[in-house]
Amino acid sequence: MITTFTNARLINPETGTDEIGSLTIDGGVITALNGSEAGQVIDCGGKCLAPGIVDLGVKIGEPGERHKESFRTAGAAAAAGGVTTMVIRPDTTPAVDTPETLEFVTRRAGRTAPVNVHSMAALTKGREGREMVEVGFLRDAGAVAFTDCDHVVENPKTFARAMTYAKSLGALVIAHPQDPTLSKGAAVTSGKFASLRGLPAVSPMAERMGLERDMALVEMTGVAYHADSLSTATALPVLARAKDAGLDVTAGVNIHHLTLNELDVGDYRTFFKLKPPLRSEDDRLAMVAAVADGLIDVISSMHTPQDEESKRLPFEEAASGAVALETLLPAAMRLVHAELIDLPTLWRAMSANPARRLGLPGGRLAEGAPADLVLFDPDAPFVLDRFALQSKSKNTPFDGARMEGRVLGTWVAGTRVHG
Amino acid sequence: MDEAPRAAYTRAKTHPEAPMTFRQRHLLGIEPLHPTEITSVLDLADRYVGLNRQTVKRSKALKGLTQINMFFENSTRTQASFEIAGKRLGADVMNMAMQASSIKKGETLIDTALTLNAMHPDLLVVRHPHSGAVNLLAEKVNCAVLNAGDGKHEHPTQALLDALTIRREKGRLHRLTIAICGDIAHSRVARSNLILLGKMENRVRLVGPPTLMPSQIDQFGVEVYHDMEEGLKDADVVMMLRLQRERMDGGFIPSEREYYHRYGLDAAKLAHAKDDAIVMHPGPMNRGVEIDGTIADDINRSVIQEQVEMGVAVRMAAMDLLARNLREAAGSESVMV
Repeated sequence: MITTFTNARLINPETGTDEIGSLTIDGGVITALNGSEAGQVIDCGGKCLAPGIVDLGVKIGEPGERHKESFRTAGAAAAAGGVTTMVIRPDTTPAVDTPETLEFVTRRAGRTAPVNVHSMAALTKGREGREMVEVGFLRDAGAVAFTDCDHVVENPKTFARAMTYAKSLGALVIAHPQDPTLSKGAAVTSGKFASLRGLPAVSPMAERMGLERDMALVEMTGVAYHADSLSTATALPVLARAKDAGLDVTAGVNIHHLTLNELDVGDYRTFFKLKPPLRSEDDRLAMVAAVADGLIDVISSMHTPQDEESKRLPFEEAASGAVALETLLPAAMRLVHAELIDLPTLWRAMSANPARRLGLPGGRLAEGAPADLVLFDPDAPFVLDRFALQSKSKNTPFDGARMEGRVLGTWVAGTRVHG
Repeated sequence: MDEAPRAAYTRAKTHPEAPMTFRQRHLLGIEPLHPTEITSVLDLADRYVGLNRQTVKRSKALKGLTQINMFFENSTRTQASFEIAGKRLGADVMNMAMQASSIKKGETLIDTALTLNAMHPDLLVVRHPHSGAVNLLAEKVNCAVLNAGDGKHEHPTQALLDALTIRREKGRLHRLTIAICGDIAHSRVARSNLILLGKMENRVRLVGPPTLMPSQIDQFGVEVYHDMEEGLKDADVVMMLRLQRERMDGGFIPSEREYYHRYGLDAAKLAHAKDDAIVMHPGPMNRGVEIDGTIADDINRSVIQEQVEMGVAVRMAAMDLLARNLREAAGSESVMV
């Protein structure tokens, strides 16, 4: 079916443009930009039309924790949030570390999620950092990247071997840079706030130490590497040096580290307990600047559903993580409205770059690209009610927050899945 | 009539002896308190010191109220102090040793709180090993909650009893130089004290090895010293903290003997403080680790026993004030049975 979107603000991350125009789709792909009107016409009324968000690092509760999130609920949340591709994490119970579990996940996703789902696999068995997984089989089964998520592979020898092996297969390794002994048991970032609240804290230096080590191993092995969630200013020069040296390295930041800081934890509010923990305002601003100038490549939601029970605990005992599929876009709009970043640059980080890094076809507004689109009003204000979220878990730090930016419609392969 | 004068009027009528200002529902920490509220607690506590020194130590301030002491962490001294304070004011006091009870059966803190709340206590005294746990609990119950120490966060009644001791010894609670010495990082006593003493406009010094200092502590308006002699110079008050022996495993200090040599309070180090400087310790003491036994027992310098005495009075005052606010909040709802 042919559909033409007219009178749309086309946000094009590849060309860096933000202009009124029209876009035509047919058979699940984009067939024309600013072509003639054909088929069904959708007047966008001057609202923004952009490639759907490619969210790198979504946690689904399947297998193991379906009471927290299922493919159906996460898919609905993604569609409502303008996320057309979820790249899901293997930190499930059990971990996605065999072709069989990957096949289960792929089957469940295909059956119930209305958006594209690509799966990452663990890098080591059980994410325990001892033996590498069957990288080859898992790649054949569709794993787009290999990561132990927030578990750091502590033994550099094991990590280097896994990297070398992955490199030979052209596989992307994603890691969470952190010095695991320094950060053990920490709930917040060390500093005045942590001292005042008396919470166990980790120095921001732990992230830099983790990244320094990983960069040395990348230099040694030549693997393609992505740091999934940098959050501190002190780690940025390390990343810049590695990129300047020509290493195949990219890095991401989580939306919460761009929009919140450690003080938001306030009176021990566990919905603000994240991993890595929220940082200082200086760190937040440094991360925003790094996204704006392209040093940081990817913005993710790091969607981590947690049920009420795992959050209704003293801060130290409470689980980490926040749901964010639906709040990613309006939270990111805060950066746009604060004039820290423009829309095409934002979409480069939320759509084009993650797609390119993982070798996925989305993230582009061009002829032949998939018709994965999000239509949104960047200025529409609303107050977030966590119980109105589609996710099964409601652990958002933005409950009751005033936000701007509403998704009006989401299309996946030309089919409208939201709005 | 405005809200505030009306409340003051009601209070003056029901408690003619006490034109106090204390507008708190709970006592979770020193941080939320206004200096006048701190003064109110200390003024009332002063009066309770007098009561406590009589042979018959009875008041009816908490008559008919139920006080539950919930200690999720071992405590003898603080729990006994709260229990005596409640009993002297006529409350029905119950102690719950939480390690032995439902926690072992997997009940969450909030469920425990809700269960107790359903029994309608009026005052809940809580100690918990995790910072912020008492705040969490206070959100879920209707009664007044007193923090008897939460993790490394706050221990407000300890800071108040220290303040009362200082005020009685020094005749004032401002413009004093107070050195808090030892394991600051792991101490909720130090946190509450430095906040309180700062609010009352004192010069607060923290003295200890850098490994036992919280990060960015210099941003709290305190002076940080790593040398005892410099830190104690011309101090009016020397407040020693307990070195928790379990910290030895974490590699925070090389050995107890080196710690005693560099940071233990002995006569030579104390000589750098003012001649009339007082020595305090929240207890229990490690003699020969953070403090020399003869200093601790020196009745001219050490006020450690007085601190314990002030503890009961301060806890009586805090519970009395919270109970007054409870009654005021209940107002006309209360029914005589």
